[in-house]
Amino acid sequence: MPAPAFHVKIVPDDTMRWGLTPETCTGSAGRCSANSPNQLESRSRMNRIDKTFAALKQTGRTGLVPFITAGDPDAAWTTAIMHALVAAGADVIELGVPFSDPMADGPVIQKSSERALARGMNLHGVLELVRSFRSEDAQTPIVLMGYLNPIEYFGWERFAGLAAAAGVDGVLLVDCPPEEADSVRPVLDQHQLAQIFLASPTTTPARLAKMAALAQGYVYYVSFAGITGADRLALDDVHQKIAAARKVIHAPLAVGFGIKSAEQAVALAADADAVVIGSALVEQLALAGDQEAAVRAATRFLAPIRSALDAASKLKAA
Amino acid sequence: MLEPIEAPADFFTQPDARGHFGPYGGQFVADTLMAPLAELTVAYEEARRDPAFIAELDKDLKHYVGRPSPIYHAERLSAAVGGAQILLKREDLNHTGAHKINNTIGQGMLARRMGKTRIIAETGAGQHGVASATVAARLGLECVVYMGATDIERQSINVFRMKLLGATVVPVTSGSQTLKDALNEAMRDWVTNVHNTFYIIGTVAGPHPYPMMVRDFNAVVGREARVQMIEQFGRLPHALVACVGGGSNAIGLFHPFLNDREVAIYGAEAAGHGLDSGKHAASISAGRPGVLHGNRTYLLCDEYGQVTETHSVSAGLDYPGVGPEHAWLKDTGRAQYVGITDDEAMAAFHQLARCEGILAALESSHAIAQAIKLARTLPRDQLILANLSGRGDKDVQTIARLEGISL
Repeated sequence: MPAPAFHVKIVPDDTMRWGLTPETCTGSAGRCSANSPNQLESRSRMNRIDKTFAALKQTGRTGLVPFITAGDPDAAWTTAIMHALVAAGADVIELGVPFSDPMADGPVIQKSSERALARGMNLHGVLELVRSFRSEDAQTPIVLMGYLNPIEYFGWERFAGLAAAAGVDGVLLVDCPPEEADSVRPVLDQHQLAQIFLASPTTTPARLAKMAALAQGYVYYVSFAGITGADRLALDDVHQKIAAARKVIHAPLAVGFGIKSAEQAVALAADADAVVIGSALVEQLALAGDQEAAVRAATRFLAPIRSALDAASKLKAA
Repeated sequence: MLEPIEAPADFFTQPDARGHFGPYGGQFVADTLMAPLAELTVAYEEARRDPAFIAELDKDLKHYVGRPSPIYHAERLSAAVGGAQILLKREDLNHTGAHKINNTIGQGMLARRMGKTRIIAETGAGQHGVASATVAARLGLECVVYMGATDIERQSINVFRMKLLGATVVPVTSGSQTLKDALNEAMRDWVTNVHNTFYIIGTVAGPHPYPMMVRDFNAVVGREARVQMIEQFGRLPHALVACVGGGSNAIGLFHPFLNDREVAIYGAEAAGHGLDSGKHAASISAGRPGVLHGNRTYLLCDEYGQVTETHSVSAGLDYPGVGPEHAWLKDTGRAQYVGITDDEAMAAFHQLARCEGILAALESSHAIAQAIKLARTLPRDQLILANLSGRGDKDVQTIARLEGISL
């Protein structure tokens, strides 16, 4: 299959993102004022993740956060899959930016990245997919998840500006712990992109405290010491570890790594504000032969987990 | 791009407490590895200050590795070149045939001290894998070596050597199936088995403290050389030369000389088919700073930051990154990095063999080639010290194949 050509306009199209037509902008030199989409946009952008978690808390539901790799199995299907995930109950979407050397990922995500790269996906293409998704969905938060190097090469200023303009809400950089985030953070802040950090069973209390101070959006709690998709989930152990992390971190906690079934998701829902599911979903999508099949696979995979989580929340509330 | 960096008054101050060499180095890893890296840093800092640890290390370096390695004056080669005198630091005479053992002995002892029972390592050509398997056998530790499936095919003899030493060799089939992917896979093993496993990284790359620790264990080369130069020749050399892939043998030689400003320093990178060919492994000469394998350094990537496949006739230099301290030495201007092509390295290999009766490793032949180039430009009374980092026995099949000879 030929590599699809991706094209991103370098000039951010701010109006499209917020569902505002250019006519709502008034004032000279094309600047928006008065009814201020600029203010609107920064507020809603900053809060899309926060709003989502606030709403979940209010309704007593557990958040569901699917991860898929942008451009896998096919870039042309990605936005349709994203919409299907939202329809099936996704609260936040983590969109993977493929990288040649995914050091923290297991075989499923590795292969997924390789497929996406082989078909020509790159950071331009990822942002174009987000922009396309955003034109039809102004609510669902999108977090880009990946590694530093593609962004380093793209340029931080350029990335942050274009990502914000495309409608990205947060960035999870797997190989950028808080200790190395000094130079990145101001750029992300300037464009109101939340930086999501990873915490894990090996994170010391002192580092958890530092992370709590820096946390934006949510904290992604890695359920075990290992790589994505491994069969190492020990629910009792995770339960204790999350309880300890809870005492320190006040931002919402999303738990991920190794969650493959509704049963596991429900078990973790007791401790976490959200569950992240990646490898198990990506594995299903990889089997799809066309967009329709991929959309069906996404729905079939996520909807039962959504129902199970909601049933469990209702039970808990009762 | 990064701002030019001013050379510091003292080059021994690097890295800082968090492993940064100027803007390079650092700990760019997933959160799960931060605690194990902190534990390793503390254990290493304690060990290097413990006279008992140092005494045991020195004893093994002397009686097991065979140190000190001599400095040999290559008189016939120097005469043939017709310029400065070429001196060779003979790391090829070490046990297992290369400088790699200096590091694996140190890290192996540290693994035992930390109570780890299992050693893992990545390897490209197999030299670091053999050195790790050797030390694991010597210390009675389990050893698993990750090696790209492509490299396993190319280096079958070293694979068998590792197995003879009791190691398990795991083929890596992800990515380009070479050294960089082996490193990714070893890191994945480490994050999963960190409770009982020590990861011996083979070069001065990876997250802090590896670039510092691997440098320190290899710096025995430069410390010896500095003393030997004064004893044998009454002065320091005019220039140092070493090959640079990840850069462990080079930093080992260079580091003790960094504050001797009168000593020029040259790193020879693998220019493969030429720096403009796209088929080389010269990260500093032709790359851009980025983040890979836990540190910020010069990398070879495509325009989108995807790490590209590299090429060198010598598998040991075939790596798309370089140690962060080299990146910093380049930016400060303290060291110069030049490209040596496959052909130049092969020519140097043959010239050294014919003039001095020494078969150099193809990696080290890059350093010899640069020493020859440099010698031609300097007067006869100048001294150039090149690191002969490994012996060439492992490369004879490759050389025969390249020259169309069937053995």
